[in-house]
Amino acid sequence: MSVNALPVISNDNDTSSNASGVFSGIIRQWTSWRTAGIFIPFLILFVVLSITSRPFLHTTNLLNILDQQASTLVIAAAGTLVLVSGGIDLSVGATYGLSSVIAGQMAETHSPWLAIAVGLMVGLGIGLVNGLIVAIFKINPLVTTLAMSFVISGVATKVTSGNLIVLTSRVGFSKFSNSIFLGVQSAIWIMVVVVVVLALLLSRTTLGRYIVASGGNAEAARLAGVRVNATRISAYVLSGGAAGLAGIIDTSRVLSAEASAGGSALAFTVLAGIVVGGTSIAGGEGSVWRTTIGVLFIALIGNGFDLLGIDPLYQQIVLGVILLIAVGLDVWARKRGR
Amino acid sequence: MTTRSPHHSVTDAQPLIEVQGVTKRFGGVPSLSDVSLSILPGTVHSLVGENGAGKSTLGKLISGVLIPDEGEIRVDGHPVSLRTPREALSHGIVTIAQELAIVPGLSAAENVFLGVEPRWVWAVKRRELRQRYLELSERLHFNIAPDVVAGSLSIAGQQQVEIMRALAREARLVIMDEPTAALSGAEVEALHEIILSLANEGKSVLLISHFLSEVLDLSDSITTLRDGRLVRTVTAAEATESSLIEGMLGRTLESAFPAKRNSTSDGEVVLSIKDLVAPKVEGVSFELRAGEILGIAGLVGAGRSELARAIFQDVRCKGGEIRLDGQPLASRSPTVAIERGMVLIPESRKEMGLFVGRSLKENVSISALRSLSRFGWISARREREVVGESMTRVAVKAANAVMPASGLSGGNQQKLLFARTLLCSPKVLIADEPTRGVDVGSKRAIYDLLVELAATGMGIVVISSELEEVIGLAHRVLVMKGGRIVKELEGEEMNQKTILEAAFAGTLMVKEHQ
Repeated sequence: MSVNALPVISNDNDTSSNASGVFSGIIRQWTSWRTAGIFIPFLILFVVLSITSRPFLHTTNLLNILDQQASTLVIAAAGTLVLVSGGIDLSVGATYGLSSVIAGQMAETHSPWLAIAVGLMVGLGIGLVNGLIVAIFKINPLVTTLAMSFVISGVATKVTSGNLIVLTSRVGFSKFSNSIFLGVQSAIWIMVVVVVVLALLLSRTTLGRYIVASGGNAEAARLAGVRVNATRISAYVLSGGAAGLAGIIDTSRVLSAEASAGGSALAFTVLAGIVVGGTSIAGGEGSVWRTTIGVLFIALIGNGFDLLGIDPLYQQIVLGVILLIAVGLDVWARKRGR
Repeated sequence: MTTRSPHHSVTDAQPLIEVQGVTKRFGGVPSLSDVSLSILPGTVHSLVGENGAGKSTLGKLISGVLIPDEGEIRVDGHPVSLRTPREALSHGIVTIAQELAIVPGLSAAENVFLGVEPRWVWAVKRRELRQRYLELSERLHFNIAPDVVAGSLSIAGQQQVEIMRALAREARLVIMDEPTAALSGAEVEALHEIILSLANEGKSVLLISHFLSEVLDLSDSITTLRDGRLVRTVTAAEATESSLIEGMLGRTLESAFPAKRNSTSDGEVVLSIKDLVAPKVEGVSFELRAGEILGIAGLVGAGRSELARAIFQDVRCKGGEIRLDGQPLASRSPTVAIERGMVLIPESRKEMGLFVGRSLKENVSISALRSLSRFGWISARREREVVGESMTRVAVKAANAVMPASGLSGGNQQKLLFARTLLCSPKVLIADEPTRGVDVGSKRAIYDLLVELAATGMGIVVISSELEEVIGLAHRVLVMKGGRIVKELEGEEMNQKTILEAAFAGTLMVKEHQ
């Protein structure tokens, strides 16, 4: 005979507010622990892999991991901003695909720089559309970006007529990702620059503060003078631009592009990395640094399983479990912190 | 309207509910202290009092939503523990709250029997459910079709569904918290009939209401609360509107307020509002001068906060003009309002003011980041200095500026919002319920701050449900009702009685409002 669910909830709130004094000490410890949260398992995994697998600690292997993860890291860094601002971007995989094929097609006939510029514009444009739909028309971001991903994938397939674009003869375009500077591929350098810039943007600039405020309490942010809509749109534009850049990086890296590259698998890998890094899916809290570690953590699991010759099937199971733990801890921390 | 005669033998019946010396504190502040009352079967018992007098708290204690810190509640003479609404329900106590709790997607009949559906194993016996619904609605003379989707009903209809739900669970006491506040005249009339028929069926009704005429018409007994204390319980026959108002006020102001500075009729006009129309604001005009504290009083729902948000450009204004410092303000965005020198401290600091999970520093600097940054890059050193200075000025008691705002007491959280305000150095400050949920000591500190800011030439609007706060601080008081300013009081005219009379004026005429 359960009636009046609402009063029960208010009752719970009341008791938890009384209990908050008791828990506040624990919470404070927990928040700092959460900050360090992902670094500890990452270090443990790194050490374990270094011991158990001889090829792991080789510079070549480590640079290989970074090179392969460069595009994912670029997208995830910008995706963190979207999540912190209280949104979500599931269209990054499709955007990556579209920008790959458009940049690829441009590179076939035009200068590499023009191809890069156009690919980037495609990403930024899609981000702007996402942002406008979410902020102005108030359509749920999950639905918006999911729907957009279908549209974008369709366009990408249309553009290529479903064909693979091969650019083996375009050496100039290849230099974007494959030049070596100080012994490290340019794709990695680009990724490092993007991650550092976005990390500083989130933690040290007005836009970063506005992103955090809009995601944490949109109402309070608006009344404090933050342009919440403009802030959220900026986050989506950055996310779209990053997805576009990532598409260009990989197209230049492997000198081929196809419409089906990226897709929902990439979007979910990115999301997994962000969440494992401890950024809250509810917004208002998160860090680009931790996202980087989260993405690399997942990459290390993959790499480790490969090197140790474990069935890749288990890799997915392990990843799923880790993801659940990460989200579970976030929910738990929020409940306690209220 | 039907007038109710106290025909029930009031003295010899065994009370259905007895509340014995209950006390309830929120964060150490008593919301209700040592209150006792008894509700007889088959009677309508009303609770009256100012906003925040403890009426709703008492209702929630009886319905098991809140648990008393001290005292006990007896049902049929037996002490009971009502720790959840469900336990209260098992004793026949049901609440019809201000926010109705129907499931909008289910039919009226399904809502009425939600959770107590006639079943065969797992399958709901639809025909029996319908049959029982029709019997019930006939008994009450309701005519809501059983299959109508509950979400499509009017507020009054949804309320009737809730009342049927209460009866379907064999309620003996129905608690109604401001049931007529959202209803139109004819619906009010209908609800009054329902309340009386419930009593005639032998059910008790605990009615919490601002509308004194309604209370006088319907009740058998009336309990007046003030500041969480019981003033008296009388029979309706003994009470009059003015005796009830008398009982609701009458507090000494003591030295809770800083000395008022002289009125500032010579200051320049910093804010001028003309015929402002916005949601729940029906044509408001006033002027605010530099150095003046203007109080806005009124009952909950009178449109005070809506007015504040309309002035602050947080809602779209439908008409009228706002002039800030002589220049028209038509920006449709609080951002511009702040840039132009107006700040709002909103009514609920946790929901609308603070980023509770973020550091004190971030909470304070958010509105002033533009001035603390260069090309978007925040100067960490300047931010630290300026925030520290501002927090010292408003005397926030905190270990450091990087702790989360959730770790502060209510009073210090409120001061944090004042620290944020100072960084904007506004010409106009609108403070909506600036001391809600704040302990007595911090209250005085906030009053001092408001007076000090006014002395520096800021024009301040204080919206408050606490009359003595408005009287103690303001040079001038505007009383709002139904989205309009119904009275302007100044100097000696301002007292609790004149304000309450203006705020209550016309509640007698609920019926004429339609």
